[in-house]
Amino acid sequence: MKVEITVNGEHTSHDVEPRTLLAHYLRENLGLKATNIGCDTTSCGACTVLVDGEAVKSCTVLAVQADQQSVTTMEGLDGAAQGELGHPVTKAFRQEHGLQCGFCTPGMVMAAVSLIEENPDLTEKDVREGLEGNLCRCTGYHNIVRAVLVAAGKDPDAAQAAEAVSDERTMAPGFSTGKGDQ
Amino acid sequence: MSILGTRVVRTEDPVFLTRGATYTDDLTDERLTGALHVTLVRSPLAHATINSIDVEEARNAPGVVAVFTGADCDIAPALLFPAANKQMVRPFLATDRVRYVGEAVAAVLTEEAYQGEDAADLVDVDYEPLDAVVDMKEALKDEVLLFPEAGTNSVTAMHLNKDEPGDDFFADCEVVVSREIVNQRVAAAPLETRAASAYWGEDGRCTIFCSTQNAQSARDEVAGWLGMDAKDLRLILPDVGGGFGAKIGADPEFALVAWLSKKVGRPVRWNESRSENMTGMVQGRGQLQTITIGGDRDGTVKAYRLDVVADAGAYPRLGVALPMFTRMMAPGTYDIPKVWSTAKVVATNTTSTAAYRGAGRPEATQAIERAMDLFADEIGMDPAELRKKNVIKPEQFPFTTKGGAEYDTGEYAKAIDLACKAANYEGLRAEQARRRERGDALQLGIGVSSYVEITGGGAFVENATVQVHPDGTVTVLTGTSPHGQGHATAWAMLASEELGIPVEKITVKHGDTDLIPTGAGTMGSRSLQTGGVAVHNAAVELVELAKQRAADVLEASVDDLELDKATGSIVVKGAPGAKSVSLADLAGTEELKVFHEWDAKKPTFPFGAHVAVVEVDVESGKATVERIWAVDDAGPILNPLIFDGQRHGGIAQGIAQAMLEEVVFDSEGQPLTATFADYGIPSAAELPSFDLVTMETPTTINSMGYKGVGEAGTIGSCPAVHNAVIDAVSHLGVRHIDMPLTPVRVWTAIHEAQKESAK
Repeated sequence: MKVEITVNGEHTSHDVEPRTLLAHYLRENLGLKATNIGCDTTSCGACTVLVDGEAVKSCTVLAVQADQQSVTTMEGLDGAAQGELGHPVTKAFRQEHGLQCGFCTPGMVMAAVSLIEENPDLTEKDVREGLEGNLCRCTGYHNIVRAVLVAAGKDPDAAQAAEAVSDERTMAPGFSTGKGDQ
Repeated sequence: MSILGTRVVRTEDPVFLTRGATYTDDLTDERLTGALHVTLVRSPLAHATINSIDVEEARNAPGVVAVFTGADCDIAPALLFPAANKQMVRPFLATDRVRYVGEAVAAVLTEEAYQGEDAADLVDVDYEPLDAVVDMKEALKDEVLLFPEAGTNSVTAMHLNKDEPGDDFFADCEVVVSREIVNQRVAAAPLETRAASAYWGEDGRCTIFCSTQNAQSARDEVAGWLGMDAKDLRLILPDVGGGFGAKIGADPEFALVAWLSKKVGRPVRWNESRSENMTGMVQGRGQLQTITIGGDRDGTVKAYRLDVVADAGAYPRLGVALPMFTRMMAPGTYDIPKVWSTAKVVATNTTSTAAYRGAGRPEATQAIERAMDLFADEIGMDPAELRKKNVIKPEQFPFTTKGGAEYDTGEYAKAIDLACKAANYEGLRAEQARRRERGDALQLGIGVSSYVEITGGGAFVENATVQVHPDGTVTVLTGTSPHGQGHATAWAMLASEELGIPVEKITVKHGDTDLIPTGAGTMGSRSLQTGGVAVHNAAVELVELAKQRAADVLEASVDDLELDKATGSIVVKGAPGAKSVSLADLAGTEELKVFHEWDAKKPTFPFGAHVAVVEVDVESGKATVERIWAVDDAGPILNPLIFDGQRHGGIAQGIAQAMLEEVVFDSEGQPLTATFADYGIPSAAELPSFDLVTMETPTTINSMGYKGVGEAGTIGSCPAVHNAVIDAVSHLGVRHIDMPLTPVRVWTAIHEAQKESAK
């Protein structure tokens, strides 16, 4: 099947098997290797990209489902093409040491971009719950949370201090509570 | 101003945050052009004989170039750990028997990856199921044998004692507490799964690109398995997406991939799926422990005994050795007059075990720290006080323990005090008392851990090459093997400090065995105290070499020369404005390069203390980690950003083992946690931010005072959290709950304790 997908602002088109995953389309057909695949079960989020501005896990989306839509990967963020950290999220990830081995990073960054877009007034709790679908095995999330707060224009020290004494319980939506997406 | 100890952001990051790192499966190296994809057919049964394998249908499937089974594979089955029973060898593709779910039985080579998935399903293996043995105690009975020719499931004699202590071991103790505890099996689960690609050059040499923590030893292992000379093998490590010990050395699949490439005369690539990873990659921990602690009612601990049974899995690997560290570190931070330990290692029909963050030491810490809490509970003493009363005192160092370790430096009581002070320990106890008094549903638990661990214990020698180029840039070659630890930045800082050349001009290279033929890689928190010190020493030597060369140029005595770090030039001391020559200019005349091999000779012993606070809903059993304060002392801090990052990751993994993670097999050896949907890796929503307290006590083992910090967080946090959850419900009569502390386990423990007290 022929698909036409705008990726990082550029028109792309390839004949693909209907079962081709969007993640594989990006990696194999386009050679965009930042997007990683870390699991088979939509659990880890390493493959997170934006489809028409919304964060999706590209290992569980078919390329044909993204036909005629616009996809953004980490390579499409400001400055990335020049190898520069021109986006507030990538800048903050470096400044706050929000990455170690780097494997979760492209997905984590895209999830963070989407999260900040949806809610510019983030607390630490919002960030933790908002990133629940993206796993990192290296950082313990401490500095990822700080990086996202910084990128959202918040003071991470103040936000973490407030959360530390807060009685409000952090719960992963639809996961820890078992109540679904409420 | 010195760059050492300052917060330098990582030089790796701009690439990682723009085009992304390049992992093995990302490679577009032209040598891999036209590579075939390897898909492994893996056993769905934990224990079975193989009657036959029919590959005809798979061979005829679209895109299939070749299918190989054990009958085709002429790599001799290998003993993966030297001290294991010699009969317990692993075939590279199973022939007559499979011993765990996930064992490779056939390899399908296809033009496209998707074709491999299709064709692998068409390989028809006729299995004859056998009884499986999963439980370690059952395996020790030797009723079901994995290797009938071995006659036993016992893996090794390496942990045998010469003589047992007598019955009077605890005779002088007023109080003795004993119980069995489980240090459950967990998965390292690096986000990058295992991967390897291989091609053979026309010169007969093989190059393997792979994801490992130590290229040089992986090369030697693969060469040994393939019966090759190591010089005919080159390993190249692209970026590695996490390891946590599970990527130490080579996996048999690496050799298989090289063999397959030779067989078909084309490059091949293999990248496993997550469910393959969760059954095929080595797993960690997996110890049954019996802890017995004795002492007096005043809080003097007098005797401690630890009896370990460790699970090797089906094919013994590095896990066989780890009880050595568990036994060595058994007494922890305490000066206990009598300490005794034993260990048995047993094979089971499960995934093989090996190192996972801490590798034998967390198991020791968990045991002694649970023992201390059990003892404190029994005599009614505050657990922090009990610990401070029994820790080794600063004036006792260097201290040789009853476990046989020589602790270099430590201030254990101070670490406990710092952690307790930061946590407002008294205030927390007061709040706990109020909640108990009120009978709140949400009870508070406070857990303390005091720990010491051993770093750089596996390999003492490491090398570095530092070269200044005529354009003023520097190349550092290291035998360490970063996979997230930031060596590109940290080693550049060490070189920069001595050379006066900015970090931006320094490139650190690792993980190519042609470029760096020797080295021991990154594991056991060894890198800074071995490889980092080697970089420092090499840079110091390079400056000396430069001064000798500059003496001719500047017509001055070497003794009158020094490096002006502001300019990276050799100048005459106390003669500003006199002639000088830059390192770059010296490099333009003659190669300016130093190779240095540093032998640390000994490990170091980082230490610390953690205080964890949890809330437990006694009605549902749900426990939540609210705060954790960590003192992790690993000597002087080279880069606080990276240092704290290592602690954060470690703390998270320790909490994860305490609260969530467990690799589970059913009684037939079927893995029940083979995906990320089933295995409980915590997300950001399950963890708090961490409160870190700084303490820096240098080691005497190296000139820089450095110890290792990579595993410290895991070792400290796991027992602190474990103790905290039990502390939250101890007033209800609960004395112990095995990890992971899931709601059902906590709830059950509360209800059983209540039933017990109602009797």
